[in-house]
Formats: sequence, structure tokens, C-alpha cells
Amino acid sequence: MINNAKELTELKDFARKAMEIRLDRDIEPSPENHRIDILVCGVAGCASSGSLKVADAVEEQIQQNKLGEEVKVIKTGCFGLCAEGPIVMVCPEHVMYTKVTPEDVKEIFESHIKGGKIVHRLLAGENEYEEIRDRLPQIPFFSMQKRIALNNCGIIDPENIEEYIALDGYQALAKVLNDFEPEDVIDEIKKSGLRGRGGGGFPTGRKWQSSAVVEEHEKFVICNADEGDPGAFMDRSILEGDPHSVIEAMIINGYAVHAHQGYIYVRAEYPVAVQRLSVAIKQAKEYGFLGTNILGKGFDFDLEVRLGAGAFVCGEGSALMTSIEGKRGEPRPKPPRSAEKGLWKKPTVLNNVETYANIPQIIRNGANWFKGIGTEGSKGTKVFALGGKINNIGLVEVPMGTTLREIIYDIGGGIPNGKEFKAAQTGGPSGGCIPAEHLDTPIDYDSLTKLGSMMGSGGLIVMDEDTCMVDLARFFLDFTVDESCGKCPPCRIGTKRMHEILVRITEGKGEPEDLDKLEVLARNIKESALCGLGQSAPNPVLSTMKYFRDEYMAHVLEKKCPAGVCKSMVKFMIDQDVCKRCSICKKNCPTGAISGDKDTPFVIDQEKCVKCGVCMEKCPFKSILKNA
Amino acid sequence: MTDKCTGCAESQEKAKELQAVIDKYKETRGALIQVLHEAQEIYGYLPLEVQREIANQLDIPLAEVYGVVSFYTQFSIYPKGEYQINVCMGTACYVKGANEILDKFRTRLSIDVGECTEDGKFSLDACRCIGACGLAPVVTINDETYGKLTVEDVDGILDDYEAR
Amino acid sequence: MNKVHITIDGIKLYVPENYTILEAAKEVNITIPTLCFLKDVNEIGCCRMCIVEVKGAKALQAACVHPVKEGMEVFTHTPKVMEARKVNLELILSNHNSMCQTCTRSWMDCELQSLANKLSVDNVRFEGEQKKLPLDIGVSIVRDPNKCILCRRCVSACKNIQTVSVIDIVDRGFNTKIAAPFEVSLADTPCVNCGQCINYCPVGALHEKSDIDKVWEAIYDPKKHVVAQTAPAVRVALGEDFEMPIGTPVTGKMVTALRMLGFDRVFDTDTGADLTIMEEGAELIDRIRGGGTLPLITSCSPGWIKFCEHNYPDMLDHLSSCKSPHQMFGAVLKSYYAEKEGIDPKDIVTVSIMPCTAKKFEAARPEMNVNGLSDVDVVLTTRELGKMIYDVGIDFPDLGDSDFDNPFGNASGAGVIFGTTGGVMEAALRTVADILNDSSADNFEYEEVRGLEGIKIATIEIADLKVRAAVAHGLGNARKLMDAIKAGEEFHFVEIMACPGGCINGGGQPLQLSDVRNWIDVREERAKGLYKEDRATYIRKSHNNPAVKRLYKEYLGMAGGKKSHELLHTHYHARPNYEK
Repeated sequence: MINNAKELTELKDFARKAMEIRLDRDIEPSPENHRIDILVCGVAGCASSGSLKVADAVEEQIQQNKLGEEVKVIKTGCFGLCAEGPIVMVCPEHVMYTKVTPEDVKEIFESHIKGGKIVHRLLAGENEYEEIRDRLPQIPFFSMQKRIALNNCGIIDPENIEEYIALDGYQALAKVLNDFEPEDVIDEIKKSGLRGRGGGGFPTGRKWQSSAVVEEHEKFVICNADEGDPGAFMDRSILEGDPHSVIEAMIINGYAVHAHQGYIYVRAEYPVAVQRLSVAIKQAKEYGFLGTNILGKGFDFDLEVRLGAGAFVCGEGSALMTSIEGKRGEPRPKPPRSAEKGLWKKPTVLNNVETYANIPQIIRNGANWFKGIGTEGSKGTKVFALGGKINNIGLVEVPMGTTLREIIYDIGGGIPNGKEFKAAQTGGPSGGCIPAEHLDTPIDYDSLTKLGSMMGSGGLIVMDEDTCMVDLARFFLDFTVDESCGKCPPCRIGTKRMHEILVRITEGKGEPEDLDKLEVLARNIKESALCGLGQSAPNPVLSTMKYFRDEYMAHVLEKKCPAGVCKSMVKFMIDQDVCKRCSICKKNCPTGAISGDKDTPFVIDQEKCVKCGVCMEKCPFKSILKNA
Repeated sequence: MTDKCTGCAESQEKAKELQAVIDKYKETRGALIQVLHEAQEIYGYLPLEVQREIANQLDIPLAEVYGVVSFYTQFSIYPKGEYQINVCMGTACYVKGANEILDKFRTRLSIDVGECTEDGKFSLDACRCIGACGLAPVVTINDETYGKLTVEDVDGILDDYEAR
Repeated sequence: MNKVHITIDGIKLYVPENYTILEAAKEVNITIPTLCFLKDVNEIGCCRMCIVEVKGAKALQAACVHPVKEGMEVFTHTPKVMEARKVNLELILSNHNSMCQTCTRSWMDCELQSLANKLSVDNVRFEGEQKKLPLDIGVSIVRDPNKCILCRRCVSACKNIQTVSVIDIVDRGFNTKIAAPFEVSLADTPCVNCGQCINYCPVGALHEKSDIDKVWEAIYDPKKHVVAQTAPAVRVALGEDFEMPIGTPVTGKMVTALRMLGFDRVFDTDTGADLTIMEEGAELIDRIRGGGTLPLITSCSPGWIKFCEHNYPDMLDHLSSCKSPHQMFGAVLKSYYAEKEGIDPKDIVTVSIMPCTAKKFEAARPEMNVNGLSDVDVVLTTRELGKMIYDVGIDFPDLGDSDFDNPFGNASGAGVIFGTTGGVMEAALRTVADILNDSSADNFEYEEVRGLEGIKIATIEIADLKVRAAVAHGLGNARKLMDAIKAGEEFHFVEIMACPGGCINGGGQPLQLSDVRNWIDVREERAKGLYKEDRATYIRKSHNNPAVKRLYKEYLGMAGGKKSHELLHTHYHARPNYEK
């Protein structure tokens, strides 16, 4: 139990010592210092690819080698290089091993831990540097990033509150409770220029203020952890890697707006995040950061986790609140705003996970520090989840204003297999596609909106030349139709009709007037849907129609899919000049559509062909052409 | 003939667990969704009797409870298979061919999305992004995750489960 | 109330700050089109028909729920607004079974149809998949989900006003529908058949189960002696089906019309009401004097009875054992009347014209019979009677007046006011006071139990008794009152009617559209009509009704006696919830 700021600082100094080898990259392994920390990413992608078994193997090796005194295994949050997982980092050297299997662990122990020799085959990338730790911060993937929200991820054990405290955790809370009036907190956040990281980018300070000024006995603060945009997983990573940063921020938020109860609404698809949060909340209670008379300053605050149950629309503020109330997560018309009448009709502040993760550092380092990062209208950093056709799939945090090209090519390592970049999709189902001509746009809230997309929660899906933009629009509408709450006709029926039209077009049955209909529907859904999600549902169609209209035209007028994705319009043919009549295609064709033998040319019967593409895949001579 | 007594004891055991869940949340505001989650964990799905019990005890109309259950995709009123297959249809997985993988599961198991095989062994669902985009395309079967899948992998995985 | 300055379409106005844009626009004679909005019932802004442009707002706003604000500028018919309304309506129509010719609402106004007209929708551009769901046909109510436009008014009525809550919103997105849990038939739910959902439905998705054909069949059968009886609330509403002002009493025209339709006799259910007062009055006095279960709760409203059987099974002994007036009257018709007229009761077809859909269910209850013959053979709603009159081409407003048939003739004013909340209570008090005081009071208008307050409580001094009376209308209010009684609040006599306002606003009454209901309280107008009729009758107390007196003398003996119990009383039983 921490009773005041002084005790907190004492604990911090003590806890920091135990973590030094992780924090200080200059510490050399030496005979005097036998301590080794083995960090294993225990979240998201790594956990899905078996990192927890790796951690068990490490633990086993420690036992077997009786190294319990010297070597510690720590399950941390995300390092960012998710496609290379499971990631293991050995400190003090800060050597990062990738794609580690439980079987590799023995070798790491024999060679590295006991023998002092790095296991080169497990290093990140293809290069084999002796001095891996010097290289690490310099590879663009790391050097071009700036970690604020993800600051502690990959360093601390998220289930150990003392490691969070060691890294200045809860100092911001102590500072606020000791030195700030509630309105000072809001002023500081306003000054920092922080905008909501969950979607619209509303200024956070103003949001807090509008609730703070409402005079009402009961108020709430809520953390929106219903990360629903497909392809975005930064909130999951923060919650799983650094849950206390969110908890600390919510307490500060409560203090600033005079609220004493908070809720964290987490989607049920994130069981690990829920578990980590529950552990963290329990610890925060034990240490006295939650409960009554926090740090001896007379402020009370409590926190509860609430689970979603699989509804994208619950990411919308008012829907989220109805869901916390235990009802169908349907949005309601605004006004009244949530700041006045939110959860249980009480004033409520709702912020997203990443927004909260910025708060403690803004308080600790001051608004001016934060303001110094980013662009004119968008301060600080943004976490992006890189996905799709890109080499370094993973989680990156960059200053606002970094260009799309830098993110995709320098940090993301470009497009695999030498393919051509076609577009980047941001903002999830509410966002849009950005074509190659805008690759050099510095990314921030306003530039993305101007391009017809939006920041959203930060999913960034890269598409290459093999992606059909009409099909992609159809995919997003698939999602929207499925996830529409059904309350208002524009979204309930309008998106369905848009989807039907897109299906028609991708099946080669589109008519020119279908494009007009799409536009009319899109315009009206945007204007008249009840909630922000409905209003933004047409964006993927509008932006692809804006930048890739020729592709739509090709589908509608020529009944052709230029990317060769839309099956009904694709034709597979055999290039007789290349074909060696090896008959591999014939053997693999599931429908017997290919005929021919060594004397007769091989041909594909278009009636029988189901366009599965197996022949093309199997042909050793690349003689099968699509859409020729 | 089914052994009635065992079934009886088992259902009594479950009813007891359900009661404990309801008691835990009775005083909590807006707890319906949490109760439904835990009830589904006990029963595997949310049949009428379970929903009715929850409705009665939390003093919420059954129609509302059913409306809530039907709203959220995580709740089911049908029993699920022993092995629950979830094909992630997030954007990252989709652009990497999740649809073909889903099709493969469909044809191999001869069931559609949301259905369960006749023997009760497998149920198939398409799910929203599970946040493992680095491994796209991803499929989960119960607590197991299969990443970077190809259509060819599907048979092997299912053979393995069928042999269990 | 503070007031704010706003402009609507350039017109400056100064309105109370609690106004919505919709209300403010009405002040300057602009009726913004609405569909889901129903004042005090359904204020959720979901249909996106009333959208308007509010200067500075990101998107179009729903006028029905958007509050006014100082300095606000609103535009109600910009091109953007008009296009969005039209597109949204086309979308609704694209997923609506538009077989209007065969729709029950083709006769009465369909709100969707008039809206399509108003917005000049001449073509549905966005055709596509249409829902195809099975019809739910119950004893009283039919639901056609393919006509449903998901405005949710029915859900609000069922859940928030009636607290019956047997339908709710199910599934989501395009698959959203209104349904009972597990999509069972309403018949298998604790639905009480009150029909309030029908009253508020803007389209033909909800209507009563029609029994018109049965009536024609009986009328056309020469062997059958077809007798109609009409409930008090019918006479102040039937005219509305023929565009007469709301609440106009049309008793005489109604009787004329029924004769023209071919009914052999036309009687007044008010006689049954007078009979009910005799029996219930006796029961009340008996319970007060004999230390019986109190409070005694009225049993005239079958919606209420079923509600009580489902929700308060432990309180059924509070209910009066009296059958409802038309059931009592039906029983009398098949016994006393049959004997008196020398007709085989098997050849008598009793048809009740009721403002009520629950009466259809009530008439079908197995315990409602005389010697194995149903008290009432067919129940028609006011709407169905209107439809029959319309179908044969009777120019209803132009008809002359006729009197009810003998031997029952005209009933008392007390029987007339049965049709409105507080009316049964007042009728009973008129009689009980005279009996207990053993005199004839000149002052018998009990203002304290009149009006539309949800729960009315009064203490009335009669003889040496202070009678504690409570009146609730609408089942939400009934629930509150019952919970209070359960918690120990003491009353002698309680009147409960299932429908808000009582029978005048029953689920079988002529439909009044939302653009009427949003601005006028239909219940008030119809109640006025009934009180006017009461004041115009010569006999205003049930016990003074000569026909009733004669009935007791010639046949029943005394109120609460053996014969009465055989014919006029019934019993109730607890009903399980969702156990089928």
C-alpha cells in the first residue's frame, strides 16, 4: 500500500535497480554482473504463434541449468515486429531473436546464455552482425519510430506493477493529486494538443472540459477498448503490454472531471487483455492507486472491466454506453452529448486506449514536450498497425507528420515479392484508400480527412497490384452490412443495397447506372445515418470510386477485373508458346477442365473452369495466364 | 437409452453454477452481458431455459434478453461443436486469402458458417479481426491458433482433429 | 420555462427551451414529416424522415428529438434534406411488402403510403433483397413482419407503456426484426392481447385477427338469430372511421347501421355493464362487511386479467369474480333472453362489438360459457364494424338515429362511462353509495377518479365508511399500483384497465395516425364524448336500470345469488411464462 508520493518514489528507486539491465543499453555483461533478463513477447501475434510455450521452455531451461538466481524470464508486451514472432530479447545485450520456437530455446541457452555467443540464425533480418545491439536502434524499423504510447511495451512485465512504477509509473498521478487542481489538468491536456486516437480526433482536453463543467453528483469515465477496426491491434497491444498506463490515465481523468467510477469496455475477442487488465486493476487496488483516499489526497476512484460481445458498432460512443448498461449496443441520436447525458444518463467522458496511454507522459513531461512532436494540427505520435501486402507486418509508432512512404517503405520494408504498391487503406471500415500519388502526404488527422480517408484507430493495410479495389470496397461493405445495428434505414437498408450493387459489379453484372446509384446512396447515408459509423460507412466506396474509377468502369463497361480478382470475370488460358505439355495442370485441376496430351495442345474448358487458380499455381513453366 | 441420472446431476451442477453467476452480478448495474458470457461458458450456448432463468432473476423481460443475445455475435442459441473453428475475416487476413480458406473448411466439413457438423465435432464461424494480423491469414480452433495458413494446410489440420 | 431565439427556414421565433425542432416548426405552421416518432411513446429518432439541416452540424439531424438551442438556424426543406428523406423512404419501401391493395391499411390511412405521397416518391430505385418472414396469426393479433418498417413504436408501447414486453428488437442490421423471444408465436408468450401495438403501428404490420367472415356467415344463415351488442367506447369512436371528428357520439347511427347490416337484434353492452355493477357492487360490499380479500380489483378488462394471471398469480383472489360486461350479457342472452323469446340458444349467435382486441381472447376462454355454449360467439373490433359498414356501402355519417332493441332498451349513464378510465369505479361508487346510504344521492359525479393521471387515488366517504379507491390505466401503471398493494398499501376497491385511457383507447378502436396523436390527446376527446352521453341519459345509475331490475326479478333473483354465480361469474388461473 502506497500512502503518499514519497513512498511511491522510494518504491520506484528500488524497483528501477532490478530492471537496470533492461533499461540501460550500456551495461556490458561482465563476470561481476551475472544477471540476465530474457524478455519474451507474450501478447497479440507472438502469443498466437506460440510465444507462451517459448516462455515455458525458457523457464524450463533456467530450472535445468539451475540459473534461477541469475536469469529471469519476463513476459512483456509487443516489440512491434509481429510477423517475426515469437520475439525473444536477451538483456543486458538487447539481442533480439525472431521466430523462436520452444526447440530453439535450448540452443539459446547453450550458446548465448552460458557460452556468451549469439545465435545468429535467429537474429532479426538476414544480416549477421556481431554487434547486434548496436545495430538494433539503427535499423529504420526502430530508428524512425518514436514510442510514447508504446513506451513500456516490450520492456516491462505487464503483470508486475512494480516494473511499471520503476519506469515512473503513477508519478503523473502523484503529480496531479499533489500539485494540480482538476482544471489545471484539463488545461495541461488542452495545451498539449492531444486529440482522440480512436477515430474522429476530437481534442481530448475539450472533451474532458465539457464533462467537467456539468454539475452532477455522479459522473463516469470510460476507456473505449472495443478495438473493432479489422487490422488494428494497437489497443490490444497496449492493454496487454502496459495496462497500468491506461489505468493511471483514467484515474487522472476521473480527478479532472470529478468522476469516481470508471469502466474499461473491452471487446470479448481479447481475453488476454481482459486478464491483464484484471490483474493490473487488482494490483492497483492493493497498492492504493484505486479505491479511497488515493495517495493520501482524499480522492476516490474505482474501475471495472466490462466485456463486449461481438458488435463493431459498440466502438461508437453512445452504443458502447448502452452496451455497458447491458443492452443492445445501439447508438442514440446526439444531442444530448455524452458529456452531459452519457452512461446511465450521467455525464461521461469516453477516451480510447491509445489516447489514455499518452496522458501520464504528457503530465510528467509537460504539455510543451508533447506539443513539440507532430504537426500543426496533430500533436504527438500515432501508432499504426501495418498489415496486408507489406514486409514488416507489425506495430509501429511514429510522430504525426511522417509520410505514408516513410511508413510503408522505410519502416514497413516495402511490398513483398517485388510487387507494385497500389493503395493504403486507413481508418478501417469508416476510412478510405489512399493511392500511390499521395504517398508523400505527411500523415495526420487533417491530411487523411482531406484525402477522403480518416485516421481511425490506426489500421494501415497495404494493397498491391493484385488487389481489386471494387472487390475491396465490397469486402468493407460486407463488414458494414454485417455490423450495422439496424436502427436506422440508411444504414440498415442503404448499406445492404450498396453491397448488392457492388456484388453485381464484381460478378460482371453491373450497369453504368449502378455507379450513379452507389453515389446517391453513399451521399445520403453519409448525411442521414443516425450515428458516426453509419455516416462513415460509404467512405470505402467513395474513396475507391474517387481514386480508382477506371477500375469500376472496367468492371461495368468491359466486364473485366483489371486485377484479376473478381472470379466471374477472370479467364485462365494456356500460353502455347511456353507450355511444355507436362500435364501437371491437368492432374491438379479439380474440375477436369483441362484437356490435352503430349500430342495435342493443352486447353482450358471455360465452361468447366471454376477459376480456382490451382493450375496457375502448379505450372512449373508459368505458362498459364490470367485474363489474357 | 440415456442415463437420466447422470444428465440430471450434470444439469443440476450447471444450474448451481448459473445461480452462482447470477448471485455474483445481481447487485451490479447493467450486468446482463457479463452474466450471459459466463452462462454461455457453463452451457456452451444460451438455450431458452437459461435465458429465462437469467431474465427472471435479473428482472429483465425475456424478450429483451433475447434481443441482446441476438444482437451480439459472440452469443449463440445453438450448441457449438466440440471443436470451434473460427476463420478470421479481418482486412489483413482477407487480403491474404481468408475467403478461400473459409471455403475450404466449408466444403471439407459440408457445413456453412454458423453451423455445426452432424456429429457435433466441428462448428464453423467467420470471425472479426482477432488482432493477430502479423500471422494472416489466421484460423483458431478452440484455444489453438493457426497462422499463415494456406488452403492446402486445412486438410491436415482437420485430419489431426478428427483423429483425436 | 426559459425561452430561446431560433430561426426556421428564415422565420424567427421565440420558443421554450425544452422544445424540439419538430415542435418549434409546428409553431410556424410547418409539419415536418415523421414516421417513427410518437409523442411520449417512441422518441428515438431512428427513421430519419424528420431530418433537417441545422447550421453547423456535421450531418442532418432528427427534428423529433433534437432540442432547440439559442441562436439555432434550421432549414427544413433544402435539396439535401428533401433528397435524403426521399432516398430513405425509397429504401424503406424497397424492403416492405408493398401489396397495398390487399393490406388492412389500404382502407384506413397508411402512414407509409401518405409519406410516399408527401415526398413524391414515384419510383423505388434501390430494389434488392426483401425479407420473407412467416406471419404470426394469434387469436387476437396478427403480425406481418414483412410489412414492418422497424419504427419500433410497437416495442415501445409493449415494453415501456404496458410493461408486457413480449416483443423486442431481434437480430441486427438488415436482419433486424421485431419478434418474441426465440421467435415463438405471440400466443405462446405472456402477451395480453391489448393491441396497443396495433394502435401505434403506422403500417399494416399489426392488425386484429379479422372475424368479419364469421359474422357474415351467421347473418346470411336464415336459421341463426344474430344478436349484436356494442361496448360503450365504440359509440364515441366509430364515427372516426368515417372521418367524423374524434370523440363524436354516434350511438343512434351505429344502431341503424347494425340493423342495416342484418343483425336481428341490437343491444347495448352498457346493460351488461349495469349488471356488472350490481354484481361487483354486491361483491365489494360483501368483502368489506365479511372481511374478504381486499382490495377488490375490477375484472372488466381482459388484457388486465391475463396480465394479472401471468405477473401476479398470487393475487388472483383480489380479482372480482365477475365476468366482464359483454360476457355477462352474452350469458344472459343465451339463457334469459332465449327463454323469454322462445329461441333455442343454439341458434343464437352473439356478436360483441368491442374497442378491444383482448376480448377476442376472452370470448374464447373455455370457462366463458352457458351450458356448454359460448357466452359470446364472435368479437368484432370497432374497426371491423367500421369495415363492414364501409364494405356494404352504407353512408354512415348520413344515417338517422335508432334506439337499442327491447327487452333491454337503453342502459344507464353509469354503463356508458365504463368505457373510460375511472368509469367503472365511478359507476360502482354511484351504486354502492346509494345502497350503503340507503338513499339516492344527487351528487354522484366523482371527479377525483376521472382524467388521465396514470394512477388516481381517492378516499370517498360513504355512510360510515372511508372507501379507499385507486384507479390505474395502462398496464405499466397497473404494475406500479399492484406492486404498491403487494408492498402493503391498502385500498378497498381498485379499478384497472389495460389500455392507457381505458377502453376508449383500446386496441380495437379506429386508428388515429401519429400526426394526430402527436398533437391531440385522442383519449381526452373520446372520454369527453362518453361523459357527454352520460349526462344526456335519463337514468345514470346502474341499479336504476329498469331492464336490469326486471332481469333480477324475473330470472336471477338477487345480485351475488346462486343463479348469478352460475351465469355471471368466472374464475382465473395462473399462467406460466414461456413454458410451452
